[in-house]
Formats: sequence, structure tokens, C-alpha cells
Amino acid sequence: MKSFTNIYKNSENKITGIAAAPGIVIGKAYLFTKEKLNISKAPITNSEEAISNFEEALKQSKKELNKIFGIAREKMDEVRSAIFEAQLMILDDPILLGNIEKRIKDEMVQPEFIVSDEISKYQELMIISHESYMKERAQDIEDIKYRIIRNLQKKRWQSKIEKNLIVVSESLTPADTLLFSRRESLGFVTDHGGLTSHAAIISRSLNIPAVVGTHNASALIKDGDTIIVDGFHGYIITNPTEVQVNFFTEKQKKLIEIQKGLEEFKDQPAVTLDGKEINLEANVDVTGEIDIVITSSAKGIGLYRSEQILNELGTFPDEDEQTVIYSKLASRIYPKFVTIRAFDIGGDKFRFSEYKEPNPFLGLRGVRFLLENESLFRTQIRAVLRASENKNIRFMIPMISTLDEVWRSQKIIQECKSELKKEKLKFDNHIKIGIMVEVPSAAVMAKEYSEEIDFISIGTNDLIQYLMAVDRGNDLVSDLYQEFSPVVIRTIDHIVKAAKHSKIPVSICGEMAADTLAIPLLVGLGLDSLSMSPVTILYAKRIIREFKFKDAKALANECLKCKTEIEIQKKVKKFFDDNNISRTRNIL
Amino acid sequence: MIEKTVKIVNKAGLHTRPAATIVKLAAKYKSEFFIYRDGMSINGKSIIGVMTLAAEIGSELKLTFDGPDEEKACIEIVAYFERGFDEL
Repeated sequence: MKSFTNIYKNSENKITGIAAAPGIVIGKAYLFTKEKLNISKAPITNSEEAISNFEEALKQSKKELNKIFGIAREKMDEVRSAIFEAQLMILDDPILLGNIEKRIKDEMVQPEFIVSDEISKYQELMIISHESYMKERAQDIEDIKYRIIRNLQKKRWQSKIEKNLIVVSESLTPADTLLFSRRESLGFVTDHGGLTSHAAIISRSLNIPAVVGTHNASALIKDGDTIIVDGFHGYIITNPTEVQVNFFTEKQKKLIEIQKGLEEFKDQPAVTLDGKEINLEANVDVTGEIDIVITSSAKGIGLYRSEQILNELGTFPDEDEQTVIYSKLASRIYPKFVTIRAFDIGGDKFRFSEYKEPNPFLGLRGVRFLLENESLFRTQIRAVLRASENKNIRFMIPMISTLDEVWRSQKIIQECKSELKKEKLKFDNHIKIGIMVEVPSAAVMAKEYSEEIDFISIGTNDLIQYLMAVDRGNDLVSDLYQEFSPVVIRTIDHIVKAAKHSKIPVSICGEMAADTLAIPLLVGLGLDSLSMSPVTILYAKRIIREFKFKDAKALANECLKCKTEIEIQKKVKKFFDDNNISRTRNIL
Repeated sequence: MIEKTVKIVNKAGLHTRPAATIVKLAAKYKSEFFIYRDGMSINGKSIIGVMTLAAEIGSELKLTFDGPDEEKACIEIVAYFERGFDEL
């Protein structure tokens, strides 16, 4: 059989993008284009009939949006899906509808022209605004405008979509993605968007393979083309050769076998051959993923990225709304625990900061941002506390780089607790407070931090970037982003030892924890917990069950003496061979 | 007619959710309700109109209420602005 690299090297029909949701799928492409509607300005003779058509179109649009709203609530939870509420309200806007009906009567032209003209007026006002979010808002309005016009023309794009197709599009709105998932779409390919785009998040949570950010896939792929989507590597093959189809069909089969094989580990502990148990926890982005967490045998949620709420809502939810989100999360996962990480955002991501930072990675991020915007921080802390009644919430603070930040955060948490007591609201008075260690300054001082807090979680993605001074998104230097660099291994070792010294738990929640190759080394370094994407948990468990802690420790000790990344990689690979562990990644 | 000037005090400004709430509050009253900003007048009962207002923290808006229940409408809506749309 041809090897992976050969298959790709020799293929000119390959499109590259970002691997957004794992899996391999072969199928027919459905090219989803936002249709350019032809809007007629033809005169009409009967305005009453035109107005009744318009009202019918509004009714149909409402029906469609309500359906989307319903799916959104089911898959994304109430507060997040409120994004669709304003759209629904527009369909009832008395001023807008009044103007449109009046103009139909006065001007006696097709309602679709009046609808387009009236709504476009508002869009223009939004587009000329300096605020970038207003341009997005104009896009939302575009959605509504097209929906009404399409319904006036009695076109329904839904009816065109067959089931079991791979959706290829320039971009996908949340509504599109949810609806397609309902049509049993096999995969998603988009030109725009990154790992946190709606298409990416929803496809991950629904286990549908996706490749995003391809730039031009929708121009290169034609409707009905057979395509292969490799959601592990971020590749798409268009009109594959027989050899390629066979290769990927084989891979798919293997994948199914592996997944079946993994099922048998589901109810077994993640314990090494000599009996050391490792807590495997899940990283969660969207509420939809919780179902996977519950069935995945994860010990709990090691990282809940609360800023995802903001990405989806586009606004800061108030205290009550946040309390509902966190309470729901905590009660669904109960008796397991959830680690809520405070909003990890930079000032550049949200509109109230007008100052463009020259270097946002070294700027107002994480806890720095939160302390700078204290009322927002307090709102989140109070909501987290109020949701902690069942004592299964832990709270974690990102981007700590000085002890002072820990103290200030703790002081605010204390104050919030006192307030809640006065207000006679219930909460977990002993809620565990931890920090992310992802900045070298925190790593160096890990011992001092350990004495102040309840747990440490190592964020390897940022830690490696800051240790190596490398932006892994920058192709010119991304090869310096070395997970197995001796610098990284020694730093992790230093943090783990510090945590052990203070007898507090230490875990890893970066991507390194999900790299099956890194697992024996991390276990050997003494990490108690590894937190990873829920779909990778069973893979990790299978590996942990195939070696001895004793041997892993010896491996770690050897690696700590190495001088280069290559030396460490060699040792790690040798460990896999010596212990007869197959390297799952290579099979994929 | 009552005229009031309000200031946006919440961090996120007049985003979609408060816009929707303002319109819902206004719909309860018979009185006409307008929002003035940068020479534009926006009917406060129109969600699409209110959504065109980019009002960030610190910006000031003039509100007018006119009708039989203008006082009640004014009290409730101004209070909602002053509470920072319940986001403080």
C-alpha cells in the first residue's frame, strides 16, 4: 500500500486548509452558494395581493427562523441561541413593515424590490459605521433580507439539498451549519474561517469532519464532484483517482476498526500496567460537546473555555445569564467536575477597546484584561460561584505572570463570596481556585504560586510559544515550535515538581496532552491529569494501558538529560517500539 | 413630550441584546419613543432601526417620549439605560 506522503505528494488535486474536525469522508460535494437573487422592479396592478404575498413571505420566514432557533437552543443552549432572537424580531418590526406596506401601495412595484430597498437603507447605515461589529451586523440583516425575498419568490433552498452530501461553501453562518447538520451532511469545507468559526465548532461537537480556511475550495470544487475530506490533516482531494479512493477507503475502514477497538476501553480506567491511574479529562468549547464528554469516560472537564460563550453570543452575557450557562453545565456533568477558565480574551477581540495593540500576544490578555475590566471579571466570578452549589466547579485564571495578579484575583473572589453571603445566595465556599501556567515567568516561580492556589494547569500551546519566542501560526518560524524541545520538557518537569512539593494537583490542558506520542513522557514526568479534546480520550487511554509507569519515569529521566528535540523524539519513538505500542497517529 | 439625555454606561455598549430589550419595553407603551444620535432620529419601536445605532460606552443619546403614557415609558426605559442594560 502506498504511504500517506506519497498519496499526497503525487496528487495535484489536493486543496489544503485547516483541520477543524477530525474524520475522513468520501462523498459528493454540494456547492452551497448564497444565491444572487434577481430582484424585480416590475410594476404590479393589485397592491392588496402584493401585500398579502408579502405577509405570507414573512410568515414563512418566521417559520424557518423559529425552526433554526429551536435547533440552536437544542444544540447550543438558550442564551447562546439568543443571537437569532433579534432576527426574529425584525420580522415583526412595526416601523419596517409599515413602511414596506405603504411603499407597495404608493409605488405599485414588486414587494421584493421594496423589501430589498428598505432593508438595504439600514444596512448602509451599519456599513458606514467605524465599528467593525456593525459590518457583521449588516451581514446578519442581509440574512433576513434574503430570507424574505426568497420566500416572496417562493424559492426554498432547503428542498434542493439531498442528504449525505459534503457541504462546500465560501463561509457558513451558524444557521446554515445547524441546518446542514440536520440534513445529515457528511462533512464541511469552507474558504474562510478558522478553528473557532461556527462551522468548525459545530462540526467538532457533532463529530462531522471539516476542513476550513481553504481560501478557494468553493471555486475549485464543482457541484457533484466526488471529494475526499481528511479532517485529520486538513486536506481535500477533488475527483480522486482510483488509487486515492482505495487508499482512503482503506483508511476509513481502519479508522472504524480503531474506534470499535477503542470502545472496549470505554468502561476501563486509564491505568498503567503497574497500576498508576491517570485522570483523563476533556477540553470543552461548546455545550454540544458535553454529550460526548459524558459518554467518553472522561473524569471531568479539565478546561471549559468560557470565552466561547462570547464568541457565539457576540456580547457579554449578564450575571444571571452566565449563572444559567454554568449551572446547566455543572448539573449536566455532575457528579463529575468542570473547570471553568475565566474569559481568556485580549483587548483586541472586543469592541470596547479602541486601542489596537501592536503585539496582542504580549499585551492585555487573560487575567491582565480581567483585572483591567474588573466589573466584567466580578460578574463572571459571581456567576461561577452561584453555579457552584453542587461543589463540582473549579475556577481557573489564565495568563498569570505575577504573584500580584493571583492575590488581586483572590481578593476579588473573596469579596464576591462575602457579597453572596450577604445576599443569602448559595455557593461552594471552598471552591477550588487554580491558575494556568502558560507564561515562562509563572513557570519559573511555580513553587511560590503552588503555595497560594489549589491547582495548576499547564497550557502548553502558549507556554511553548512564549518559551521559544515563536508564533506557531507564522510559517517562517513555526518549525521552532517544538513540543519535544528539552526546554519544554524541563520546564514541565520544574512545574510538576513545584506542584508536588505543595501537594496540589497538576494537569496539562494544551494540545500536547492529546499528542499520543507525548503521553508516556508526560505520565513519566508525573502529571496527574491530562485534559484533551473529548474525541481523543479513548486513544490516550489505550496508550496509557500499554506501558508501565516505572518505565515512563525512566524515559522522562533520560529525556531530561537530552540536549536537542531530535534526541528526545528518538527516545520517545524507541519507547513505543520497545513496549509494542502502536503509534495511533501514524495509522491515521 | 418628555426629553431626556442618557449615557451608555456598560462596557459592551448598545449591542443586539439591549437593543431588543429596549424595543420590547417600548412596545408596551402607546407613546411614541425616539432616539437621537448624530443628527439621526430612530424610532425606538423599530428593532432594525435601533440596531443601526453604534453606541459605545460613554456616548450620549437623546430620548423623547410623546403620548398618553409618556411618563411611565420614560421612567422604565431611562432606568434600563441607567442600569447599564443590567450588565454592570
